[in-house]
Amino acid sequence: MSSTELRHTALDAVHRALGATMTDFAGWDMPLRYGSERDEHVAVRTKAGLFDLSHMGEITVTGAGAAALLNHALVGNIASVGVGRARYTMICQADGGILDDLIVYRLAETEYMVVANASNAQVVLDALTERAAGFDAEVRDDRDAYALIAVQGPESPGILKSLTDADLDGLKYYAGLPGTVAGVPALIARTGYTGEDGFEVFVKPGHAVELWQALTKAGEGVGLIPCGLSCRDTLRLEAGMPLYGHELTTSLTPFDAGLGRVVKFEKEGDFVGREALRQAAERAASEPPRVLVGLVAEGRRVPRAGYAVVAGGRVVGEVTSGAPSPTLGKPIAMAYVDAAHAAPGTEGVGVDIRGSHEPYEVVALPFYKRQK
Amino acid sequence: MSNPQHHRYSKEHEWLSGAEDGVSTVGITEHAANALGDVVFVQLPEVGSTVTAGESCGELESTKSVSELYSPVTGEITAINEDVVDDPSLVNSEPFEGGWLFKIRVTQEPAGLLSAAEYTAFATGEEA
Repeated sequence: MSSTELRHTALDAVHRALGATMTDFAGWDMPLRYGSERDEHVAVRTKAGLFDLSHMGEITVTGAGAAALLNHALVGNIASVGVGRARYTMICQADGGILDDLIVYRLAETEYMVVANASNAQVVLDALTERAAGFDAEVRDDRDAYALIAVQGPESPGILKSLTDADLDGLKYYAGLPGTVAGVPALIARTGYTGEDGFEVFVKPGHAVELWQALTKAGEGVGLIPCGLSCRDTLRLEAGMPLYGHELTTSLTPFDAGLGRVVKFEKEGDFVGREALRQAAERAASEPPRVLVGLVAEGRRVPRAGYAVVAGGRVVGEVTSGAPSPTLGKPIAMAYVDAAHAAPGTEGVGVDIRGSHEPYEVVALPFYKRQK
Repeated sequence: MSNPQHHRYSKEHEWLSGAEDGVSTVGITEHAANALGDVVFVQLPEVGSTVTAGESCGELESTKSVSELYSPVTGEITAINEDVVDDPSLVNSEPFEGGWLFKIRVTQEPAGLLSAAEYTAFATGEEA
């Protein structure tokens, strides 16, 4: 296996010094886990975890027409996002298929930061660049301008507070503000992908090691540990959050994914995919498509993406993500299931695990919700 | 990582103990357990069944993947480790001790099993 083409984050040496098991993730050499992925998962649920997310794709959109461009290019109403706030949204093709799910931060009146998934960063950059034609706006590839470090878990506010004067109490979920953390200029956002309270801190790559070490030290007494992508996946799965390439693909519209609420038809002007999405919304209302549901195993075998969901000997759906859930102590999965079998508690639903039909309980998502 | 000197090893990362009364113990190496990550489910061959060297006889499931379990030798299964079925994490915590998988009365041993030193070199080479 040649690793010469892999991209490395600014924290690469830190991960290796910590003995991380590394993995190729969307062309980046990323930490999969440092020790036990189960211990890392539990740390985020009960104390705090520290993540390197520098593989995420930051794209900056500036100019007088930035809001108008994003309203045209994305399905959400981005012009209505207040300065200092963030919005979960999607970028779709003209046929309504999902190109990526995104978080958009409004940093200033005429400045936004779009954060795309690592695997889609180039696709999103190309689409935004193409869609910017005719708008008074500039689309800039800022992937190399930022490192991204996340602190997630119930202890994360205390850990971050010890390193910054920024008003974290005033920082609501899905808000972001510029500040200084451990003496380093940063954009501090209260966002995450774990189902816990937490923060994502964007800094210059040159400051990443300094910030990582300061956070590590600040979290020493309260159980903060470094966490890899493996537990990030089980954390988001328990929290019922979709992952691009699994629950979201170009062959699905947001309505197929049960996320029609992100599409804002009431915003002014045309946007890419509007007509196709209007039809998709009508179809979803008249004949329900497959529904994204949760499945909880009665046994111990783990369902994996692509496995068939079965009922009465027929295939009624497909697993999109599956893993053992450390919090529930059982295997869980997300799956698209025919509407007739999607109600929580539906009898007789199973997953075909390599030829044997294992019984599963249909539940509403998410599997896990933190106590506020 | 140290691989016990008296065991022999396969390139599928199983270890094989020396025989006592013609019965050897089989497990997976620490290197393999680390590569798998947290093991959550273990399916072992049945006691009394015959397994063939290099053929799949069970599976090991971890958070991220499913791996086939191979027997390094041909023979009859005389015992399986019920503790590891109940608590698969033993594969990670004690791959060479409490995380053993099955005992086998060896009828045929393939050529090419590795010594501890040979296996250590092989496993280290895989990481490069």
